[in-house]
Amino acid sequence: MISLTVNGQPQQLDVAPEMPLLWAIREPIGLTGTKYGCGIAQCGACTVHLDGAPVRSCIIPMSAAAGKKVTTIEGLDPKSEHPLQRAWIEEQVPQCGYCQSGQIMSAAALLAQKPTPTDADIDAAMAGNICRCGTYQRVRAAIHRAAAMKRGGAR
Amino acid sequence: MTATSVTRRAILTGGVALGAGLVLGFRLPLDAAAQTAGVFEPNQWLRIDRDGIVTITSSVPEMGQGSMTTMPMVIADELDADWSKIKVEQAPANPKLYANPVTGAQAYGGSRGVRDHLALWRKSAAAARQMLREAAAKEWNVPETEVETEPGVVIHRPSGRTLLYGQLVDKAAQLPVPQNPTLKRKEQFRYMGKEGAAARLDVPMKVDGKAVYGMDVKLPGLLVASIERCPVFGGTVQSFDATAAKAVKGVRQVVKVTNGVAVVADTTWAALNGRRALKVTWDEGPNASLSTARIEHEYARLITQPGKVAKKTGDAEAALAGAGTIIEATYQVPFLEHACMEPMNATAHVTADACHVWAPTQNPGGSQATAARLTGLPVERVSVTTTLLGGGFGRRGEIDFITDAVETSKAAGAPVKVVWTREDDIQHGFYRPATYNVFRAAVDGKGQPAAWFNRIVGGGILIQKGRAPANTVDGAAVSGAADLPYDIPNLQVEWVEKDWGVPLGFWRSVGSSQNAFITESFIDELAHAAKADPYEYRRALLGKAPRHKAVLELAASKAGWGSALPAGVGRGIAVAFSYGSYAAHVAEVSVAPDGGVRVRRIVCAIDCGFPVNLDQIRAQMEGGAVYALTAALYGKITLDHGRVQQSNFHDYPMLRIAEMPKVETHIIDSGEAPGGLGEPGVPPVAPAVTNAIFALTGKRIRTLPIAQALLTS
Repeated sequence: MISLTVNGQPQQLDVAPEMPLLWAIREPIGLTGTKYGCGIAQCGACTVHLDGAPVRSCIIPMSAAAGKKVTTIEGLDPKSEHPLQRAWIEEQVPQCGYCQSGQIMSAAALLAQKPTPTDADIDAAMAGNICRCGTYQRVRAAIHRAAAMKRGGAR
Repeated sequence: MTATSVTRRAILTGGVALGAGLVLGFRLPLDAAAQTAGVFEPNQWLRIDRDGIVTITSSVPEMGQGSMTTMPMVIADELDADWSKIKVEQAPANPKLYANPVTGAQAYGGSRGVRDHLALWRKSAAAARQMLREAAAKEWNVPETEVETEPGVVIHRPSGRTLLYGQLVDKAAQLPVPQNPTLKRKEQFRYMGKEGAAARLDVPMKVDGKAVYGMDVKLPGLLVASIERCPVFGGTVQSFDATAAKAVKGVRQVVKVTNGVAVVADTTWAALNGRRALKVTWDEGPNASLSTARIEHEYARLITQPGKVAKKTGDAEAALAGAGTIIEATYQVPFLEHACMEPMNATAHVTADACHVWAPTQNPGGSQATAARLTGLPVERVSVTTTLLGGGFGRRGEIDFITDAVETSKAAGAPVKVVWTREDDIQHGFYRPATYNVFRAAVDGKGQPAAWFNRIVGGGILIQKGRAPANTVDGAAVSGAADLPYDIPNLQVEWVEKDWGVPLGFWRSVGSSQNAFITESFIDELAHAAKADPYEYRRALLGKAPRHKAVLELAASKAGWGSALPAGVGRGIAVAFSYGSYAAHVAEVSVAPDGGVRVRRIVCAIDCGFPVNLDQIRAQMEGGAVYALTAALYGKITLDHGRVQQSNFHDYPMLRIAEMPKVETHIIDSGEAPGGLGEPGVPPVAPAVTNAIFALTGKRIRTLPIAQALLTS
């Protein structure tokens, strides 16, 4: 049995220690907002927070997640009203949307570290997240907008 | 869905006149038992409940293009519905109700959402609005002409009376469906063509993880399968040893299917582990020695042979024979794979008397027909739920992944989701054809083209799929080349077919994706040879192509064509028609000493006829630019020993955020019939960029991808 906390809920899972965190989140736990895109940490669709740091869950074995706190897109905000989620709606960012959970989780980790990111900060923090629909221009605008919201007193 | 509504839908299905195209829904059966009380459903596109909720059924799969919003905008506008009361559902597979009225198939590609349905959707919603007005007029005993609507409410201004749509559903449901309702005038539109009028309905669920894609389908007792496929196209299973695979924890069964050997397991991880332990011996078939080197070598030979004439105006060969100055060039483009963010997948549950498919498909009708064929069930026993699509780009019009799921479920006797890995996706795709192209132009003393000869060698998507006759010119292979917009008196475009056995598919903008690159590069070569400005040179030749000319002029004007640029930055331009729309792009590009290309800015002008959803037009131009730039800069699928050599994003790279240019979109409302938008933003991008590279460096890129061309120069 491997124990970890996902979105504040303790989980005890009977899975192999080498199983990637991604598949534990999606299947036994059943949270499907975290996506499989490449399996080799190249696309970022599976990005979650592990003890607050953004990681590609497709290459994190369960043995490395044991005892840690995982946050997925479903746990980012209890009402889905994180400044990034609101900014994403205001900027009408998603197209197909498949990569967007990962984009938002990477952006959330960035804003937690740098409340007022520059374009260069965004380039660096979001470099691991591919979007095939090409929403990058709006992703950038939404991150700046969310940062402004936070400065303006939003959570 | 209740049993009553299933029965009712079956009745409704039978009520539609087929072949009539624009028949506006069906009369409701007067048998009260067959009706859903409290619901006004004048046709298959919309229903209104007593609480005023308008539920719209979208036939076009949502693959990112915004169909789940744009279609409701059309309906809501003609219905005069309150946007906050709109709900949208995805249509089930039912070609009798939901086939595209132009193609006759319930399959979506070719940027056909709005342009093929706008008239039908508008009339269908206008009919419903007229019935609501009629119902209110009867209720108030006033002439129908005195009855108007505001969003969600019918109004009789002389008496100040109002009724909500929800209050009228029972009465409206009893009325006949008008066949020629009055449409709104353009100035009456509330949503269509209005800035900020309607936010995307699918965005909230795409920012908190609730959106359900094919990969996310959950069912009781669902098993997951991964299929080992022959690495060589056309190869087959000779034998396999499943002993080790079956010993993997969680693996249930190993079954042979059309596309390989499926390992069926309790979870995706177990299926992948089981697959790694599986041993398959392949009969690799006739393509086992195929390589990119051989293809390129053979193309260079075939280009010297006459092709089938796709377009002939005047006598280009005679004009070239007598010409003083001839300009020649050869262009090559590679195979490309779509690389949808969501790898291919589908779920099926086959039982003795029914089959249900859940799939992220562009082709619900084809999925249903495929499942019926594979199971032997009548189509009425096959239901298809179209989930959200994690990208489509043409790849999801194919039915290979449907075949996987149906066959595996049938063999396993359980509901099964077949999940592809990224490697499966890149190595078992339906590829944009690689082509080899030659141009010869005769130019007069002023550098004006007197003759244009273009021969294209490559595969034919339509012919390979049996959708066009063998030994004809494949329309998809020459689109964007045979319809050259420039006024050149002698024009000949030829096509030489060469099918390598590599599966071919419709890759966002299809033939125009490569043919705009080659033609808009070569016209640029002619302009520079004439020492003319490439914009003015094109413009002067577009006298018979006013819509091309208008977008070209707008893009040039908005980009500041001719104005000074910073040192180290070049500017290029290109224009193309595809899928009913006209697009022109100006690219600003810098090239680093190490060959690194940076596209700083793209200015796009688009004429898609009547523009319905302004923000999603911009989104499609932004997305089209990224899709095109990824291919132009990096995209190349190569083969060796019959195998695709690329496997994942490390060797088939995608544009990332730091490389994103600023994309500015300018929309022309030409008042013409609506055109497509998913594809038309792609074709001019690559040539605008390579023309800018030439303007900056003097290096003409004649082989894609650019990165490789610059490195090998």
